[in-house]
Amino acid sequence: MVVKLPEPREKVIENLLRLANTKLPADIGWALEAAAGWETNPTAASQLGAIMENVRKAELLAKPMCQDTGIPIFYVRGKFDSTIAEDIAQAVKNCTKAIPMRPNTVDPIIRVNYGNNLGDGMPCIHFIPTNDDFTEIAVMLKGAGSENMTKLKMLNPSDGMEGVKKFIIDSVIEAGGRPCPPGIVGVGIGGTADECVAMAKRALLEPLDMEDPDADIQALEEELFVKINQSGLGPMGLGGDTTVLGVKVRKSACHTASLPVAVNIGCWATRRACARITDTDVFYSQGVRL
Amino acid sequence: MYTGRDEVHIRALEHLDEGKDVPDCLNGAALYHCGPIMKQDDDGKWSVVAAGPTTSARMNALEPRFIREFKIRAIIGKGGMSKEVAEAMKEVGCVYLAATGGVAVSYAEGLSKVTGCDWLDLGMPEALWHFQTSSLGPLVVAIDSEGNSLYETVRQKVAENLSKQ
Ligand code: SF4
Repeated sequence: MVVKLPEPREKVIENLLRLANTKLPADIGWALEAAAGWETNPTAASQLGAIMENVRKAELLAKPMCQDTGIPIFYVRGKFDSTIAEDIAQAVKNCTKAIPMRPNTVDPIIRVNYGNNLGDGMPCIHFIPTNDDFTEIAVMLKGAGSENMTKLKMLNPSDGMEGVKKFIIDSVIEAGGRPCPPGIVGVGIGGTADECVAMAKRALLEPLDMEDPDADIQALEEELFVKINQSGLGPMGLGGDTTVLGVKVRKSACHTASLPVAVNIGCWATRRACARITDTDVFYSQGVRL
Repeated sequence: MYTGRDEVHIRALEHLDEGKDVPDCLNGAALYHCGPIMKQDDDGKWSVVAAGPTTSARMNALEPRFIREFKIRAIIGKGGMSKEVAEAMKEVGCVYLAATGGVAVSYAEGLSKVTGCDWLDLGMPEALWHFQTSSLGPLVVAIDSEGNSLYETVRQKVAENLSKQ
């Protein structure tokens, strides 16, 4: 079947990178506004104000809201073939010049910059094949400030949920101002070590106003949200009532002898964009549950 | 104001050890922990697109010596720095100014002119960019030249709050 699209796929991916870089997802914008409303600490209020003003300017001027345009992490779901990886690579290369995005990728050993955000093993793409008749492409721009705070711990089953909560709260507090709080705490519980970290990151793709279908997870997210904000760490770690805008937890079955927990923090600039490509249309959004 | 992050610290101190030249501008500088997005026009002229602060703690290990060698007067960054850095700051008379992380378009506006660049071979984010500034902000004095740290105060408060939970 010939797939007729209004735009070539490579162009859609370029649109995603531009959208993610220049426009903060609406759910995060709303959460920031709410936080500015309840914040009682004047330094914290000034930080939130500076963030919101910057978000407005970035959108207006079509500039990247943060200079760390990160590593773009792609998720491809639905029907696709291997040529999609080439389109993604080409789009990353084009956008590095056109938006522009900061050339961030370097060789890990000799530290030489590739100059185009590609290089060995790049672009980073997660594939989720399904029987749907659309292709969904999501991208998240992950800066190093937040990504460097990633933690995985293989707890003992006897540590229980108390151990899990403690590990999550400690990880956020220890990160302090480094991941540009207030942001989103992505959590993975269970799975294997690799899957656990992948879940924690995937959780950040989900809009903050989307409720988890599992009541236990909802309660856990709520409890962690309240406790972390009660810490007083505040925006940029300078003190205040707002340390996180949301907590997103994903779980997966695990070995009876394991209790893996992973934390992947998203900064306030958790930049995401998604496109669902059908035979006739492209639908854009800025968050998805995968 | 001059940008310098991991690679500028490594190279500047290496060059001192090896008796090689280090750009003069670092002496007495205001150092911005920042890896900007820069754009070069067809005539080769650079302009700044986005330039928020980077995580200062990555420079913790090299910063005390860097401050002492170059008599750095102000550091602009995010997330704060270690006690060892605060001690070196106190000796030299240097303050740490916290910039709001990620606020890259606003800070780029405060960097009104690109006046030069050294070590571009380190890559765009790691190069030593020279800027003229006007109304760069907001900036919060988070570690003063007496070694008082807002981060330390907040850390104590956080520990207290969490112990009550
Ligand atoms: S942590 Fe996020 S907002 Fe902060 S500098 Fe990095 S990418 Fe930008």
